Amino acid sequence: MTTDVIDRLVGASAGDALFALREQRPDAKRNAQASYDALFASDELEHVSQLERLAVAYWAVALTGSPAAAHYRELLEAESPETLATLEAALPEALTNGPYGDYPAGPLSAENVAGLHWRPSDEVTAALGIRLAAALAHTHLLTYRPRDASTDALQALLDAGWSTTGIVTLSQLVSFLNFQLRVVAGLTVLKGEL
Amino acid sequence: MPAQVVRPAGEEPNVFTQAMLGWEAWLEPLAAEELTERHFDGLVDRRRAANPYFRLLVRDPDILGARTRTDNDIFYNEKGGLPRALRELSAASASRSNGCIYCASVHARFASHHSKRPDDVQRLLDEGTAAPQDDAQWRAVIDASVALTATPVAFGAEHVRQLREAGLDDLAIADAIHGAAFFNWANRLMLSLGQPTQPRG
Repeated sequence: MTTDVIDRLVGASAGDALFALREQRPDAKRNAQASYDALFASDELEHVSQLERLAVAYWAVALTGSPAAAHYRELLEAESPETLATLEAALPEALTNGPYGDYPAGPLSAENVAGLHWRPSDEVTAALGIRLAAALAHTHLLTYRPRDASTDALQALLDAGWSTTGIVTLSQLVSFLNFQLRVVAGLTVLKGEL
Repeated sequence: MPAQVVRPAGEEPNVFTQAMLGWEAWLEPLAAEELTERHFDGLVDRRRAANPYFRLLVRDPDILGARTRTDNDIFYNEKGGLPRALRELSAASASRSNGCIYCASVHARFASHHSKRPDDVQRLLDEGTAAPQDDAQWRAVIDASVALTATPVAFGAEHVRQLREAGLDDLAIADAIHGAAFFNWANRLMLSLGQPTQPRG
């Protein structure tokens, strides 16, 4: 039996109350794990390499301050300690609070919230290459200010060498992690209250 | 030369609404004639091949299939837990907080349908997640969803207690957590791969 990643990150195991609760939504549980497997154990790495997946995953989760970042840190460290070191050095200046961003011009403009538009430094781009550096900028946008997403942001990825299919996988990766880390956060709190 | 994004010509909706909006992709969906059985498995429901959002996402069929099956169990599993209207409210609240006008339109409409309280839903859209709501369960689900949508996540024991004091059991609380968490997945895809379009007149 393979270990369910969310169970592991929350600290749930067979016989305890939280485990039993998750078993009542068996397809959600099984497919949250299948989503993780589809992203991190894919047999289709032509559009997004394993290193890119792990680097983006660590970056996305670390940006949120989630304890789940330790899991992705470990995976990236095993794949490329150099990449991990570059990301860890860049992280403090990239951290902020979300969600923020702008709405299409109109009555909602009153709710626009300004915030950091993170771009990789020349050092980060030199260390990781323009392709991964562009993905990190997009990951920051998707994580903190998804309503700022734009055609220009996608064009920047295409210009940096991402394929259309690769952008779909990258977007799913960051978006899935924003789900997973929230399930982990929510269930961890609930576990303490059961 | 790199591929070029699609830049839709029409005006984007600029208010939250319960109207039926359209959605146009910024990247080329997979052509219908390129769909294989693996793609249809990813679509789960074959009729989704007609929808540009799903036909774009199906470029990576495995994650789309797992995403859709996760979604279906969180929102449609009828064995106990959070009432349907409140599951939709968790989705609408996360979408309002992130600013996904398209997702909010769909799930506000569903919340109205299941609760028969369109005015309370419209207040969430018009005035935001902090707008007054008299119903303690609505208040608790909205507050929990907003806290889960914040980065870093701001959900704490006080939210669990608020949900419980409003009369929700542990499975219902787990459903609320999953509903809001799932829309932090869905909102990011909808917001970043295309844009809503005005309802057809």
